[in-house]
Amino acid sequence: MTATGTMTAIKTETETMIEVRDLRKEFTVRRKVGRIRRESRTVAAVDGVALSVVRGETVGYIGPNGAGKSTTLKMMTGILTPTSGHVRVCGLEPVPRRRRLARRIGVVFGQRSQLWWDLPLRESFRLLGFVYAVPRAEHQARLRRCRAMLELDEFMDTPVRQLSLGQRMRGEITAALLHGPDVLFLDEPTIGLDVVSKQSLRAFLAEIGTRGDVTTVLTTHDLADIEHLCRRLIVIDRGQVVHDGTLEALHARYGSRRRVVVDLDEARVLDVRTPGVTIEAVEAEGRRVTFALDGVPAGELIATIARDGGLRDVSVREPTIEEVVARLYRG
Amino acid sequence: MAEPTAVRAYVRLVQAQIRSQTQYRTSFCIDVASCALSTLVEAAVILVVFRVSPTVGGFGLREVLVMSALAVFAFDLADLTVGNIERLSLYVRKGMLDAILVRPLRVLPQLLATDFALRRIGRAAQSFVLLAVVLVYAAPHWTPARVLMLVLTPIAGCALFAAVFVAGACVAFWFVESGEIANAFTYGGKEFARYPATIYPGLLRRVFGYGVGLALVGYHPALFLTGHADPLGGPAWLAWLSPVVAAFAWLIALLMWRTGIRHYRSTGS
Repeated sequence: MTATGTMTAIKTETETMIEVRDLRKEFTVRRKVGRIRRESRTVAAVDGVALSVVRGETVGYIGPNGAGKSTTLKMMTGILTPTSGHVRVCGLEPVPRRRRLARRIGVVFGQRSQLWWDLPLRESFRLLGFVYAVPRAEHQARLRRCRAMLELDEFMDTPVRQLSLGQRMRGEITAALLHGPDVLFLDEPTIGLDVVSKQSLRAFLAEIGTRGDVTTVLTTHDLADIEHLCRRLIVIDRGQVVHDGTLEALHARYGSRRRVVVDLDEARVLDVRTPGVTIEAVEAEGRRVTFALDGVPAGELIATIARDGGLRDVSVREPTIEEVVARLYRG
Repeated sequence: MAEPTAVRAYVRLVQAQIRSQTQYRTSFCIDVASCALSTLVEAAVILVVFRVSPTVGGFGLREVLVMSALAVFAFDLADLTVGNIERLSLYVRKGMLDAILVRPLRVLPQLLATDFALRRIGRAAQSFVLLAVVLVYAAPHWTPARVLMLVLTPIAGCALFAAVFVAGACVAFWFVESGEIANAFTYGGKEFARYPATIYPGLLRRVFGYGVGLALVGYHPALFLTGHADPLGGPAWLAWLSPVVAAFAWLIALLMWRTGIRHYRSTGS
C-alpha cells in the first residue's frame, strides 16, 4: 500500500502527520426546565483547537475531565464529525476517508475494547489480521515482537473476558499495532493499571517512541506517563489549547518552583531576605524549613543558611508536573 | 462496492461470532429451541382465529395461511441476517461504536457480522418448514410465474423487513431509548403483513400496506399464488412490485443510516 511506500521514502524529513486548525465541535445539550419544557443549549466541547504533529513525535495531550481531549481524538480518528475546522491525519480528512485512514492509524481506548470478549486473545489477533488485510508475514513478525516485549505468551489462549486489566491492555496495544500504523492514538492507556503493568507498558511505548517512525498522541491523567514518554505536551482546557511545548517550558511559564528543604540541628529563625525566596513551611518544631525558589539558584540559598552553621541536611525538590497541571486546571 | 478482502473479513467475523456463541452450548440450544417454539405458537394463532370465524377479511384459511407463512418466513430471514442491528442502540449508548468506526470496514456490515446471531436460524428453519407445509395444504396450481413469485417474495420481503430493521435501529442515533419505536415497525410490521390487507381500516392500510409496502410481502403474493382476485381492486401485477418497494425502502434506510452515523456523538472518554 501507499502507507509503507511513504514510510520508507520520507523518514529523515519532518513530515506532518497530524494537522488541525480552528477545530470546533459543538454538542447540543438538552436540559429539563419545569415539567415538560426543555431548553437546549449549544456547548463547544472543542473550541478552536490548532495543533500539528510531525512523524515520530510522541505528544502528550492532557487536560481536566471534560476539557475536550477525547472529543479531539475522536475527530482525528474519524469517529466524530467536526462542527467546523480543518483536520488532516496522514494527509487524509478523517470522516470522509475513514476506512482508508483506519489502515494507517492504531487506536487504543483505555475504556473500550477492540478485542473479542469470548474468544482467546490469539483469535482476536488473527481476526484483526483479516479485518485490516495484513499480509501474513508482516502480521506474524509484528505479533512475534509484541509477544516478546509485552510477555503475552502466558495468556494467548485465554478468552479476553478472563484477562486481568493489565493483560487486556497489553493485548489492546498489540491489537493496535498489528497493521503497522503510522499514527498511534492512545486514550488513557494506563487507566486503572497497577504500578508494575504501568511501568512495563510505558517501557514498551517508550521503545516504540525511540524508533521514530510511529507518531503517538497520548491522553492521560497519569502524569508519570507524560514524564516518561512525551517530550512535547499539549494542554487543553475548556476546549482550547492553553499550552503547547516542552514540560520545561510549561514549568517556566506557570512559575513552577523548586523547593529546598533544610533540616537544622536546633530550631532557629532563618532570616533569609533574598528576593525570590519564600518560606513555605516550618515543621518539626522549627527544625525543618521548606523554601520555595523563584528563579534563585538553590546553591545561593544553601550557602546563606550554611554560613550561620547548624545545618544538618539539605534536599532540593524539583517541581512536579502534578503541581503545575493542578495550578493550570484551577486557573 | 465490496472488495474481496473486505468480504473475507466479514466472513471471518461471522465465523468468530458463531464460535463464541457456541461456547455457551446449553444456552445456545435453549435459544434455538425457544425460537422454534415461537413459530409454532404463531401458526397456532391463525388456526384459533379460524375456529372462531370461517373467514378473515373475506379470505379462507387457505389464503390466510399462505400470506402468513410468506410474511413470517420473509421476516425470520430478515431477523436472522439483519435483526441483530437492534443492538445498535446499545453500541450508541455505551459508545461502543467507536471501536467499530476505527476499523477499515463499513460500519453496517461490520455490525451485522460482529453480532450475527446464529440462534435465530432455528426460527427461520421452522418458518421455512411451515411455508412448505402450508403450500402443500393450499396446493395452488403451479405455473412458472407462480414458482418465480414464490422464490421472489421471501427474498424481496426479507429485504423490505431488513430495511425496516435498519431504519428502525437508526432512531437510536437520535433517541437513546429507541428500542420500542423500532419494534413497533419491525415486529408490528410482521404482524401486519400476516393478515389480509382488507381487515385494516383505510388509513392504516394505506400507510403500512402500501406506504411501507407490507401488503406486498404476504397479501398480494398470496393472492397471486392462490389465484384469488383482490377485493380491494388492486391489479394482480402489484405482487411483482415487492423488489421495487424493497429497493426504495433500502434507499431510505441507508440515507437515514448515513445521516445517523454523522450524528453519532459517542459518549464518555
